[in-house]
Amino acid sequence: MPKTNISDSMRSVIGGELGRRTSFPITDSDIRRWVIAVYYPEEPPREYWDAEYAKSTRHGGIVAPRDFNPFAWMVAATAGPELDPEIDPHDPNRTELLLGAEPHNLKFQLNGGMEVEYGAPMRPGDVITAVTRLAGYREREGRLGLMLFTTQEETWTNQDDEVVQRRSNTVIRY
Amino acid sequence: MTQTTGLGDVKVGDDLPEFRRVTGLHNWNRFAGVNYEFVPIHMDDEAGREAGYPSAFGMGSLQWSYLHSLIYGWVGDQGTIVSIGCQFRNANTKGMTVTGKGKVTAVRDEGGRHLVDLDIWTEDQDGNKLAPGHATVELLD
Repeated sequence: MPKTNISDSMRSVIGGELGRRTSFPITDSDIRRWVIAVYYPEEPPREYWDAEYAKSTRHGGIVAPRDFNPFAWMVAATAGPELDPEIDPHDPNRTELLLGAEPHNLKFQLNGGMEVEYGAPMRPGDVITAVTRLAGYREREGRLGLMLFTTQEETWTNQDDEVVQRRSNTVIRY
Repeated sequence: MTQTTGLGDVKVGDDLPEFRRVTGLHNWNRFAGVNYEFVPIHMDDEAGREAGYPSAFGMGSLQWSYLHSLIYGWVGDQGTIVSIGCQFRNANTKGMTVTGKGKVTAVRDEGGRHLVDLDIWTEDQDGNKLAPGHATVELLD
């Protein structure tokens, strides 16, 4: 069992930009399918899928739930470091591979936690851009061995440069 | 302190209406479909066991969505989530009944905004917390 999984090579890339993603325009069907999946097997709230009804709400139309992900099923544009197409985007070493650091070769990864501040809502037609950075590493012993905690910070803006959200996400690898 | 809104009086100690789902591949496959989250540990019991769990297990992102749905079920468009955070402590394995719960921990005014702080969490049918967290909601006039 290694004493640490955080190498000098990994430390040297903290703060690095992991990428920029720009979404395709959000559609009302994207939002409808999202809420059907989340609320399954119950019917999702009407204001998420009935455009006429949504006009009567505070927003005057359909808005996405705050947890909606506009980047699923491809993105319209990416910028920043690129992953070898042979590598699975869910590879646990993705962060290090993107930044050119030596991978630690941990096998499993879990979502450790998220903190988000919300700004402008997302509506059909919006185009969202996310910029992601590696914020840092820490580690501790856990039930399944030495656990590596990696924090990424991401800022989402819309086509009018309004901030939609700022999120900090921690991935646990072991 | 109490805030009176379309929700009625909101005060410290209030419980949010619960958000409850019996979970398994029907939920997770649908969520994988919308979030493009096709990861073996969420689809395949064998992969879940290799990762140290008794079965495949649900996505952290879906717990995240359940917490949002919990808050939305309470506040609707009478308010908006300002900030929210959670940890993913325990896996949502197959067959679990997951319940989102919440409690008002503070009611305050800040810069003319009516804010409500919440403890929120999801738990299994035995009361073990899966995704404990917190949120601040702004009540809208």
